[in-house]
Amino acid sequence: MNIGITLLWQTLAFAIFVWFCMKYVWPPLLAAIEERQKKIADGLADADRAAKDLELAQAKATDQLKEAKASANEIIESANKRKAQIVDEAKAEADAERAKIIAQGHAEIEAERNRVKEELRKQVASLAIQGAEKILERSIDPDAHSDIVEKLVAEI
Amino acid sequence: MAASGEALTPQGYIQHHLTNLTAGEGIWTWHVDSLFFSVGLGVLFLWVFRSVAKKATTGVPGKLQCFVEMIVEFVDNSVKETFHGKNALIAPLALTIFVWIFLMNFMDMIPVDWLPELAMAMGVPYLKVVPSTDLNITFSLALGVFLLIIYYSIKVKGVSGFAKELTLQPFNHKAMIPVNLLLESVTLIAKPISLALRLFGNLYAGELIFILIALMYGTNLALSALGVTLHLGWLIFHILVITLQAFIFMMLTIVYLSMAHEDH
Repeated sequence: MNIGITLLWQTLAFAIFVWFCMKYVWPPLLAAIEERQKKIADGLADADRAAKDLELAQAKATDQLKEAKASANEIIESANKRKAQIVDEAKAEADAERAKIIAQGHAEIEAERNRVKEELRKQVASLAIQGAEKILERSIDPDAHSDIVEKLVAEI
Repeated sequence: MAASGEALTPQGYIQHHLTNLTAGEGIWTWHVDSLFFSVGLGVLFLWVFRSVAKKATTGVPGKLQCFVEMIVEFVDNSVKETFHGKNALIAPLALTIFVWIFLMNFMDMIPVDWLPELAMAMGVPYLKVVPSTDLNITFSLALGVFLLIIYYSIKVKGVSGFAKELTLQPFNHKAMIPVNLLLESVTLIAKPISLALRLFGNLYAGELIFILIALMYGTNLALSALGVTLHLGWLIFHILVITLQAFIFMMLTIVYLSMAHEDH
């Protein structure tokens, strides 16, 4: 257990080992570790950012979806309104048309009736004249007695 | 089992195990085995770590690189927690101390007879396998740390600052200078001595117990069976001891050097 020269040799070896470790072992190892730590930290930060981005994108998509739904509803509503309007308009137009047609019909009927009336009157007049001719057994000069005939016609 | 001619008695066996292979006389005695194993382990440590450092990738590391990086990071964290100055030496020093002492201590785990018997077969009469059970080795480490303490104390505080620290504490009065000097010197000297003796004592005791357990193997079957159990138990416990001792040596080195850097 005696202390001797071994101690000094050993101290020298110790010094050399420490020097070597400091020069050739420690720096590259620590550099590699720190580099990797940075890489991992960057990767984690990227992942965080990506997650946040995703969240944002999802929120945005939801918003847009909501907006799209709202605008679709709006469009449908306005289409409905427009449809009702068109239907009303068409109804009004049809009513007007019908009224017009009916009125025209009435007018035509009236005209026809008048014409027929006139015709009848004339025929009745001529019948009356023929009857009178027969009664009188002589012909009446239509021209000479037109005033009588006309009076007759007007009375019918 | 003791196979050497002189070591048939238990005393002889233990004695044989505790004798260094020496060359030279007196103060010039070389402890060849201690030097061989300690320097060999130191070179092994540096070789492994250097080869990993050379190939160190910042991408996915291999298993060996992971292992080495774990140790390096562990030491680096220990240094960062304790030592707040800027000094490129402290961390590599701590790493060297931790791994080297651990490796030297680890020689304790090898069954006590293997290497000495092998050496005997090759004609080497004595072989003490665990370098950290040699006071020369533990004191040399402590001496290195001590020199660094003194160096950095003077470098950071200057000679006068260091002298003031030694003479004006803990009692800041001129009349108390001798007392202060005595107290502070004892504190200073106690640092390397406690470092060296703590490591030596723990490992020496551990080694001695391994030798005592090994003695049981030579007797009868029952004792041998008990010896195996004891050996296993002590071995497992010793894994803790050798790591702890390496860690304590490293931590105290960091603390002492951190104190040397502190300017009061």
